[in-house]
Amino acid sequence: MGDDLYRELILDHYQNPRNKGLLESADISHEDDNPLCGDQIHLTLTLNDGVVDEVGWDGEGCAISMASASMLSETLRGLSLEEVKQISKEDIMDMLGIQLGPVRLKCALLSLKVLKAGAYGLEGIEPDVSW
Amino acid sequence: MSDLNTKQFDVQSIRGDFPILHQEISPGVPLVYLDNAASSQKPIQVIDAISNHYRRTNANIHRGIHRLSEQSTVAYEQARDKARSLINAKHTEEIIFTRNATEAINLVAWSWGNSNLAEGDEIVVTELEHHSNLVPWQLLCDRTGAKLKYIPLKPDAQLDLSKLDSTIGPRTKLAAISGMSNVVGSVYGVHRIIAKARSVGSLVLADGAQSVPHTAVDVQDLDCDFMAFSGHKMCGPTGIGVLYAKRQVLESMSPFLGGGDMISRVSMEGSVWNDLPWRFEAGTPAIAQAIGLGAAIDYLTDIGMENIHHYEDQIGNYARQALVSLPGISFVSPDVENSGATISFTVEGVHPHDVAEIVNRDGVAIRAGHHCAMPLHRKLGLAASCRASMYFYNTFEEVDKLVSALRKAQKIFGVA
Repeated sequence: MGDDLYRELILDHYQNPRNKGLLESADISHEDDNPLCGDQIHLTLTLNDGVVDEVGWDGEGCAISMASASMLSETLRGLSLEEVKQISKEDIMDMLGIQLGPVRLKCALLSLKVLKAGAYGLEGIEPDVSW
Repeated sequence: MSDLNTKQFDVQSIRGDFPILHQEISPGVPLVYLDNAASSQKPIQVIDAISNHYRRTNANIHRGIHRLSEQSTVAYEQARDKARSLINAKHTEEIIFTRNATEAINLVAWSWGNSNLAEGDEIVVTELEHHSNLVPWQLLCDRTGAKLKYIPLKPDAQLDLSKLDSTIGPRTKLAAISGMSNVVGSVYGVHRIIAKARSVGSLVLADGAQSVPHTAVDVQDLDCDFMAFSGHKMCGPTGIGVLYAKRQVLESMSPFLGGGDMISRVSMEGSVWNDLPWRFEAGTPAIAQAIGLGAAIDYLTDIGMENIHHYEDQIGNYARQALVSLPGISFVSPDVENSGATISFTVEGVHPHDVAEIVNRDGVAIRAGHHCAMPLHRKLGLAASCRASMYFYNTFEEVDKLVSALRKAQKIFGVA
């Protein structure tokens, strides 16, 4: 495994997370954690005519999970709810640009899991994110 | 133990017994295995005992009258007596083979707990317990209406014994406590907790999953009614564990699982239970694993539990000193001399998962997470921590490798 895992882009997002901070009055607010390692992410979104307007998130976790949340948060503004639901595991992996084993994959996909559960409004129901 | 001064503790020769330690996890990067609190490695003596059993003596036990069945039965029962001797239980029938410590604790929760607890009764645990000594009691409380009470942790990860009198009282029916934590190492005050529990007439379960592999344990001296431990954390195979229970307590308990071997007579109308300890061992048990555990006990006692304990204190002290030399390291486990070789810590600015990932590149296997002790981490305000847990086959040089790998992690994250 090379140093790609901690390449500059990931460390930059980890150390200077984008859109961090929860929105006061969000249309979508969802929170989840990865009980295995304690990573935790809370994501808030406001919508304007069914299109994502503002994005804010908070959380605690490893560089991979936090960078993935930060990067994901940058891609959401302007997307319709339907487009948000279409974001896939592969999109996240492309965004991170690294290869991950099964354990770290859970770190990387936590933010997507939270986003999908929020977008579907199906709290407590496993969203369509497979690992 | 008597062999403390008569035998030289030679870590290099000990390492020669462990084939798995002599490998590179990638070219030029030797394995440094520091995840022993999760599971230990196995010496060739144990591997051979299991292999020889399958090559030469394998058969079902307690029923066949043919040669192999007889040999298997003898070896299985010998392993039971080795386990008895290791923890100085009075009677061999006080040793029940289970799948692991978790199953042993669940056995107590079902067989003893279901018929001895009622609404208003209390079970006392500590805030540092492993989930295995917590969840079975939560479930038992759900079934019976009993209440779970906690001896609290102080911010230094040691138990607050000043709360003993307000936690253990006349309603306490069982105190279930760990003899050594899988996160913070040595637990201080176990004897006081047991004495307090005894004074109110409570039974005591000692979770020995972390203590039995690392130190001499004497259940009679400890004065516990139950003790649970796992084979795989003490050089034995997975799939075998031990429940020790005082004979008079066991005699009063109903079976946990029903099936073959745990009965003496079965009719259409009902069954008569077998004698102890087999009453609690339904079905074909883990025969090869029990024999492997027996070989592991022989191996450990040959080195000497006192020698093991002494060496682990030394390597633990060395590791604590070495880790303190790094900036931004905070101990979760108490920074106390001679408190064993399980050390949990955090690295400022680097999440434990990232720490574990980066040191793994240098071959160093440590654990990152909550180590199955979520209440402990929550109490200490941590989401997760790193844990390096040494065993008697680890060397001081391996500790040095951990430290230099941690330096690399700090460098990558620009925090030192």
